[in-house]
Amino acid sequence: MSTAAATTTVTDTTGMGFLETRMRRWVTVYVPLGIFVFVLLFPFYWMAITSVKPDHELLSREGNPFWVMAPTLAHFQKLLFHTAYPAWLWNTVLVSVVSTGFSLAASVLAAYAIERLRFNGAKHVGLAIFLAYLVPPSILFIPLADVVFKLGLFDTRLALILTYPTFLIPFCTWLLMGYFRSIPFELEECALIDGATRWQILTKIVLPLAVPGLISAGIFAFTLSWNEFIYALTFVSSSEIKTIPVGVVTELVEGDVYHWGPLMAGALFGSLPVAFVYSFFVEYYVSGLTGSVKE
Amino acid sequence: MLEKLQNNRNALGLLFMLPAAVLLLLFLTYPLGLGTWLGFTDAKVGRPGQWIGLENYEFLWGDAVTRLALFNTLFYTFVASVLKFLLGLWLALLLNRNIRFKTFFRAVILLPYIVPTALSAIAFWWIYDAQFSIISWTLMKLGLIDRYIDFLGVPWNARMSVIVANVWRGVPFVAITLLAGLQTISPSYYEASAIDGATPWQQFRHVTLPLLTPIIAVVMTFSVLFTFTDFQLIYVITRGGPLNATHLMATLSFQRAISGGALGEGAAISIAMVPFLLAAILFSFFGLQRRAWQQGGADK
Repeated sequence: MSTAAATTTVTDTTGMGFLETRMRRWVTVYVPLGIFVFVLLFPFYWMAITSVKPDHELLSREGNPFWVMAPTLAHFQKLLFHTAYPAWLWNTVLVSVVSTGFSLAASVLAAYAIERLRFNGAKHVGLAIFLAYLVPPSILFIPLADVVFKLGLFDTRLALILTYPTFLIPFCTWLLMGYFRSIPFELEECALIDGATRWQILTKIVLPLAVPGLISAGIFAFTLSWNEFIYALTFVSSSEIKTIPVGVVTELVEGDVYHWGPLMAGALFGSLPVAFVYSFFVEYYVSGLTGSVKE
Repeated sequence: MLEKLQNNRNALGLLFMLPAAVLLLLFLTYPLGLGTWLGFTDAKVGRPGQWIGLENYEFLWGDAVTRLALFNTLFYTFVASVLKFLLGLWLALLLNRNIRFKTFFRAVILLPYIVPTALSAIAFWWIYDAQFSIISWTLMKLGLIDRYIDFLGVPWNARMSVIVANVWRGVPFVAITLLAGLQTISPSYYEASAIDGATPWQQFRHVTLPLLTPIIAVVMTFSVLFTFTDFQLIYVITRGGPLNATHLMATLSFQRAISGGALGEGAAISIAMVPFLLAAILFSFFGLQRRAWQQGGADK
């Protein structure tokens, strides 16, 4: 019974593409894919269209909400000149770049030490790094707030620059350990015989070979710190120190009347830099993403 | 000579580990311990706590809101993870086909994952607006509903709405990592099984799925961890409302500890999440181990 059913289906679909009719391929592949892409991208379209809609079009149920009749830049103007948005942008850039740079440097050294110097207990340290990567910020932020406060760092950019590496370093180290592992030992041995020091080996042989890994880790760390929310929400309270995600959420929502135009403009504007960076380094980002879940 | 090198190596290793170790010990390990301790105290903001044993946990166990938050977290994690897995696997299988503009599709699909969650959550908040929701507008025009849906004002609507937003954000991660897994499966398995007369379903069930299991286990562990400890989406879209119907453990701990000032109680809620996270990690670890052995790999 079941074999009969199986053989009938076998005749038209054995996974061999040339036997599939064009129609069937459309229904089973392109239509679902189209729906996926539409749903995944619609919120961005909606952000963009809302950010250029004048208020009277936003707050009306007449007309077609999917389109805009009289586009305006008023919301962007309000955002850039009547809120602290430029300061948030600067803070976000500063905090992301500095914490990424620091984390990358610390991670290169740590990954090299664990993977190549193989000091006593390197294996255990490697495991500890992986476990640190699994600690979610939302169980850490309360005691961390206490630490930040006691160090006198509350409401400073430094608080964010110093706490972001808690999730950046484990991630970058883990990723770079994988990259260093793929570099042949022989290269280092040759250099050692030629009298190179460990530092020379790291900077002149290992790092140039690990550039793709460095870019992956850097891009990934940059987007992670750009997107960070809970630490920035907890450790900072003055408007001019906030980052974009926190600033938009806490400062642009005034009372019960939501100004959707400026909110969407702020959300779009805050998403563009990461989307821009990402678009140049898609391959590196994807390899970082898939590398991060590899054993 | 050898001993000297060994010494050298250890000293150098220590030196290289120093920046990362100092930072992680101070801002990760110490706070973890401090959090555990705080959970056993009555610490408030600006006042060091006294040891009160299990009092926080006893209080929270009897607290209706905490119990609701635990239920919400489990429900949210379970439903969102199942949906993310099914949709993510489907999307990965679609992308693994021989389609045009594959790189373009792959790049575009990751967008929800890379933009700041807090910002895309605001877009969802607007999409779910009670008065101007675009979903309600479309359904009205299609004649499917006769009045606007109150997405965020009714407990079950709100729960489903935040789950949809979470799935939207999480599907790209699952899809892209599973796609990477699919691409490592050798085509010869499919050829061999096709010659043996396997149907596409049988190929999926007996070739794709077993070979993909290790990566599924890892991806879903990460997905479950991040969903269980989710904070941003809820904080931005509902702040835990209506009637605490969407409060998760993370948002509740923030409300109690930071907004309410009860550090000890908030820390206890955070620490109460740890056993669940450990259970998820161990489950995946032992799942993986079994698979490695079944496939002829060495026991780890």
